[in-house]
Amino acid sequence: MSEAVSALNGATDEGFVRIAECGLTGMITLRGDLGAAKLKKAVKALCGVEPPARGHVAMADHTAVAWMSPDEFLLMVPYAQADELCAQLDQALAGEHALAVNVSDARAVFRLSGGDAVREVIAKLCPVDMTASAFGPGQFRRTRLAQIPAAIWMPEEGVMQIVCFRSVAQYAFDLLKNAATPGSEVGLFS
Amino acid sequence: MLILTCPCCGVTAEETEFHPGGEAHVKRFGPGSNDDEFHSYLFEKVNPKGVHFERWRHANGCGKWFNAARCTVTLEVFGTYSAQTTEPPQDIKDKISAKRPGWSWREFA
Ligand SMILES: [Zn+2]
Repeated sequence: MSEAVSALNGATDEGFVRIAECGLTGMITLRGDLGAAKLKKAVKALCGVEPPARGHVAMADHTAVAWMSPDEFLLMVPYAQADELCAQLDQALAGEHALAVNVSDARAVFRLSGGDAVREVIAKLCPVDMTASAFGPGQFRRTRLAQIPAAIWMPEEGVMQIVCFRSVAQYAFDLLKNAATPGSEVGLFS
Repeated sequence: MLILTCPCCGVTAEETEFHPGGEAHVKRFGPGSNDDEFHSYLFEKVNPKGVHFERWRHANGCGKWFNAARCTVTLEVFGTYSAQTTEPPQDIKDKISAKRPGWSWREFA
């Protein structure tokens, strides 16, 4: 059995915020009718949270469900359980027009921490209003991170999580690192 | 700057989060059509100064296609709506009429 490693193997950087690649993160893409009772029930059984509303993410201790598009959820689960949970979903949704795929190894996840300055790092890279009244914990936003697609959410104030494709993980890390270079603070959100 | 609201995910963002897909409501002529019709489908696009209807894709967002009614002069967006339509919805047409009385675009007015 090969040993799985995440895109940047847990790389970190200390800028005016701390940047960390999160390591192995289980992720399941679930596509289907998000309003269907069967699908909602299966998601709740698997992740322990009510499925999120449009533009939001529902979080529990070790799981999260993010609203990706009108027919897509992203389920975040412990890496080691992703395959098994995916199979459980398949079983629960047998006969439904739905598809669950383990995409854990196709993505990279980053975590920024360091107070309100995490908003500034994102604001430098994404065309998203990062003021606290426009974006906060519980919301989930797919957007453009410089030249790549990415999604952002805040597990709590002062912390930002970012998910992007694994193939561009190094690019994303370098972008974040550059945006968080000490001395480059704009101070817009502090 | 062009600012669009995606009707599929509700996000409002500037145009770099989207990808343009050309004119909306293009009438497709397929098998059985004559050369002139197919030529019109492929090549005859309007390029108006003023009210225009376009297809856009929320490429760096939810990934869905939608239609937008906007002014090519001012970049004012009158509204965005489902791509699963063959003509602009009445509420969009009403909004345009309120701001650009007497407008017309192809067979719509
Ligand atoms: Zn969208």
